[in-house]
Order: sequence, then structure tokens, then C-alpha cells
Amino acid sequence: MEETPVDEGDTNKDVEVAPALIALHPSENSVAVAVGSDLRVFDLVGNCAVSLVDESGPPYHKDSIRTICYGSKGQLFISAGDDKTVKIWSTESWRCIYNVVSEKRVSAAAISPNGLHVCFADKFGVIWVVDLDGGVDGNQPLVNKKAVSLLSHYCSIITSLKFSLDGRFLVSADRDFKIRVTMFPTKPVNEAHEIQSFCLGHTDFVSCIAFVSNLQCSHGFLISGSGDSTVRLWDILSGSLLDTCEIGDKVELLDSKEREGCHSAVTSLCTIADGALVAVAVQSLHGIILLNCDLSNHTLSVVKVVSISEETFIPTSLSTSCSTGYLWMVTGVSSLHNLGHSSLAHVKVMSGFNKDNSTANDVSVVEDDAIPGGTKLLEKLQGGITFDEKVFLAAAEAVKTAMSNLLTKKQYSIEKRDFRKRTRNDRKLKQ
Amino acid sequence: MLENEANPTISKSTGLPRKRFYRARAHSNPLSDSHFPIPISPSEVDYSLHYPQLFPSNDQRDKNKKIEFADIGCGFGGLLISLSTLFPETLMIGMELRDKVTEYVKERILALRVANPGQYQNISVDRTNSMKYIPNYFEKAQLSKMFFLFPDPHFKEKNHRRRVISPYLLDEYAYALRVGGIIYTITDVEELGEWMKTCLENHPLFEALTSEELEADPAVKLLSSATEEGQKVARNEGQTFQAVFRRISAAP
Repeated sequence: MEETPVDEGDTNKDVEVAPALIALHPSENSVAVAVGSDLRVFDLVGNCAVSLVDESGPPYHKDSIRTICYGSKGQLFISAGDDKTVKIWSTESWRCIYNVVSEKRVSAAAISPNGLHVCFADKFGVIWVVDLDGGVDGNQPLVNKKAVSLLSHYCSIITSLKFSLDGRFLVSADRDFKIRVTMFPTKPVNEAHEIQSFCLGHTDFVSCIAFVSNLQCSHGFLISGSGDSTVRLWDILSGSLLDTCEIGDKVELLDSKEREGCHSAVTSLCTIADGALVAVAVQSLHGIILLNCDLSNHTLSVVKVVSISEETFIPTSLSTSCSTGYLWMVTGVSSLHNLGHSSLAHVKVMSGFNKDNSTANDVSVVEDDAIPGGTKLLEKLQGGITFDEKVFLAAAEAVKTAMSNLLTKKQYSIEKRDFRKRTRNDRKLKQ
Repeated sequence: MLENEANPTISKSTGLPRKRFYRARAHSNPLSDSHFPIPISPSEVDYSLHYPQLFPSNDQRDKNKKIEFADIGCGFGGLLISLSTLFPETLMIGMELRDKVTEYVKERILALRVANPGQYQNISVDRTNSMKYIPNYFEKAQLSKMFFLFPDPHFKEKNHRRRVISPYLLDEYAYALRVGGIIYTITDVEELGEWMKTCLENHPLFEALTSEELEADPAVKLLSSATEEGQKVARNEGQTFQAVFRRISAAP
């Protein structure tokens, strides 16, 4: 583990911003964007904006949303974040049916494949489970639920949480370059004690994980993206590293101007068309990198870098459904104080992904008016159609700084450390 | 070299490092970010650095021979040194968070190796935060014994999560221990002794050893006698509280 550079200044509270997130319904019935505390959903079947119903009244979230996801059956949707609230929505009625209060800020969440449990992780590394009592009824009144703790990473921020495809394992990634694979118990209230494996190999924080399905193995293969600018392929049963794909040099090829030898962290991962292709979003890359995932040979290789003509579009989150040829992207940020913007989001779609086409020759960015849902969708999800493109560069920079502040270990010079010790709160109390 | 002979940190009579030059704070915060090197995975642990006589080259070493005992929070290394001669064929490692104390143990082992050729080649020490990085050092089911001797009691309830034996951390210890492997804990703080015992009793992957088994285990005798902390308790005629449990396989 290389030494991190000495931190010059204290972290500024103002730079604590959240990136915009996007999630697509598994059958492409709807698409959701979270930016700041705002949750926006568009119904792709009815071709109309969805108004959310939450008996506790708006605003649904009181602080930045950090994680959104659909259940694999598509009946449930969860949103959670810095306001220490997890909201579980029915995607049928778009009512909030469960409200779960967390002790700490929520950093990641997942729904079990059978739709019976919701897990979420807080910033202290504890993972909690909520039992949904055997299923959901879209029209039930709002219920407040309590979560029970399931397992814990030792005081490390959990960055991503996923169930294996068969639901047997719960996989959690943290900022200490660790990925833990835990047997998901049949009775989760009894806690999860059995660790199947640790996937170790990343040399910086792990930012995102995703599963690739495979006929021979029901739990699927795991891929992970990290601050060390690699994407890795893992066998979760043994925890062994199958392949490593360096993506840092690909980014360099595109913008050679402002490289100072710093890593480009992987920010989002998304498997396309059952996992033959993997789309990767990287800091300061206006586009995505497509990887080919060859599970018979256990290799992961770069197919192509698809750049987006607008240099200001650096995706912060990617999503796709299992059925479609579309990849959805969003860029944006919860707030930019110095520029006077409350929240920003910009949605784009790529098309041309077919099941048997692993060369990705036809992949291209869809024009705004050809996006499913058209301008109506963009108006809902972005909150407008036209905006100053330049702002998004500042937004991407803010997201990058916020991510490194949150996930990179701080190292202080000796004088700085002494100064911090002097201003410690607990010391003051004693005197 | 003259300088070396006059080195005051090494005792003239025994050639061992003198503890008074390695004084350190009694406590260290396990929650703070660490900035010392950590192996990325168990395969990256360099055995030739730890056990140079047994493993002259790390690349060509016998990969089946692995560390089997871990002394978590080894302090000044008393237990390791007693275990070294008791189990001369077993590789063991001490893990200690305090930098200076680790340095002392390192020097002590080196001095013992010089004074007793052929002996003490199976023990080593590393500075690390074992509450965070156990999986970086040991593969699943690699260890047969783990020792937690006189750990920091962290009395305040707010700080209980800093205790080295806790329900969540036991999951990781159960991962590193093989079925049948044994976890040894001892303390002179009754409250902590009770806590450690309760944590172990409530964990589905551990069961207590019977009193006959405790009697037959040579390592149990060392718990209270081998370490510096244990000797101090004995000098003051204090009480100790031990909990020794076996790793069992999960109920189907």
C-alpha cells in the first residue's frame, strides 16, 4: 500500500457533496434518478412522470441520497442516504411502504433476490437487515420498521452492497480495499457469522461491485471497481482473483492534458446483456469504458472506450436492465455552493448493445429526443432541458474531491497532527 | 564496532534489548487510520523476512507451510518466546499495534536467535492493526491457535467497540481459525473476562473446552505465566479470568 500524500488543508465541509445516481427497473418499466435529497422517477410504460406517495410528506429525504436500487423482481425500490433514513417503495403504486430509521448515515443498500429482505450499510461498517414479513402489498399504509444488525466491517465505510444472484451470499465492499463475502443466513435475525471468503487484491478503496451471471455457477462472478483504477474479476467461493484489468491508461489516452500521475478512480460499474460486457465509469473520463468479460477463460479485457461528444459529461452513475439494449447514464451533483446551484443532473442514454455482440461496434450515444420517454423524461429527471454545460465540469470536480475526502485515508504532517491534537474535543472537556 | 558495544539499549550481560528503552503508551486507538504497510493478501506475506533461516527465499518456499499460531496484541512477546520452544515445528507470529513495542520484540527475537543458534527461528512479529487486517495475513482456516492475552479493557461503554473480542470480530477470528482450532483469552479485569466469555458463549461457531481438555493443553499453563502482563498480575497476587474456546463447524 503506497503512502498517500500529506494532506495540505483540513477538509472543507462545503465539499461534502453527493454524486447523482441512476437506477433502471429490471424490466425497464421505470427509471429513477437521485440528486441531492431529490428522488425523481419516470414511468417508461405510461410515458409519464411519477409522483411519489409518502405519508410522512415531502421532502421524502432530508439530506443527500447515497444509494438507490430496484429489487431484482422489480416490485421494490429503496432509497437511503445521509438523513439516516431508508425508504422502501412499492414500484406498483410508488408509495413508501416502509420507513426504517438508521443510527448512522447510510452508504449502501441491497434487496435480496427473493424480495424478502432489505440490507443496508452505515458509515461505521455495520450492515443491517430488515425483514419484509414475506412480501409487500403496494397499497398498505406506511409502516415504520426496525432493522437488526447482521454483521460488521471494523469501522470502515461500506461503499457497496450486493446479494449474489442466487441470494446465498451477501457481498460488501469497503474503503479499506476489502470485499467480504458472507453466507446470508436463513434466519437473518440471528446475525451472519459465517464468512465465505475475502476478495483481496485492490490497493485502494473499492468503490463499486456488480455480479455477472453464468450458467455454470448460480451465484455468479463478481466484478469490482476501485480507487486503484482497476476493475477485477473474482470467484466469490474461494475469494480468488481471476483477472485484473487496468483502466487508468485508457483514460490517459483520451485526455493527456491534465494528468499528474494521479489515479483515476472507478466510480460506477454496470453489467450489460448478462455480463458479456461491463460498462465502467471513471473519474475525469467523458464517456465510458466497455470491458469484455470472458467467463470461460476468466478474463477481463478492454473492448473500447466510448467517448461522449460533450466534454462536460462525466458519468457519475450507470444503470441498465437485463432486457434492453440501452445503457443509462447520469452526471450531476447534490449542490454546488460556490456557483449557486442547488442540484444538477444530466441524463444520457447509449444504445447498440446486443446479446451476441461482444465487440460493441454499434454502441453510440442516443440523441436527446430519441431517448425513451423523450424530452418529457429529461424534464422530469434533470429538472430542465437546457443548462450551462460548464457547470458540469465544476460538478465533476466537486464529486471527485468529495469522493477522495470520504474514501482516501488522510495523512497529516507532524505539525498538522500536533495542531489537530491540540484542538481535540475530548481533551477540552477534561480541562 | 565500538558504538555497537556501547549501545545502551542492549543489555551487556544477556545481549537482549532492555525494555526501559522501548517504553510506550499502554493504549493505542485501534479505530484510527493506519499508515503502516499491510500485506495486500495472505499470499503477499513475506515469510523470508519473518523466518529467514526456515525460508531463505520467499518465491521458492514450501507454500504448504504456513503460520499457524497468532498472538494478537503480543505486547513484549513473552508468550511467543515460551511457545517457540514448546512448539518448535510451528510457525507463529505476534501482532502488535504499538510501534515501539513491536521494535522491542523484533530486537528481542533477533538477540535470542543469536544467543541460541537454531532456536527461535519459528517466531516473528509484525506491527499491524489486527482488528482491521486479520484477513490480509491469514487465509480461511489457516490458524490453529489464536491468543488474546490481557487485552485493553476499554471500560467505557462507548468504547466497547474498541475491544479486541467482540461479537463481530469473532466472525473474522472464526474465519481465520480452522475447525478444531482454539482461541485463548485471559484478563485480570473481571468485567472484561465476563464480556469475553459471554461473547464466545453466544457465538455459534465456538464452544468452551472442558476442564479436562484445559488441563491437558500445555498452552493454557502459559496464559498466566508467560507474559509480562501475567507475571505482573501474579506479583501483585491478582486474579485472572480466562476463557478458552474451540472453533466448531456451523450447524447445518
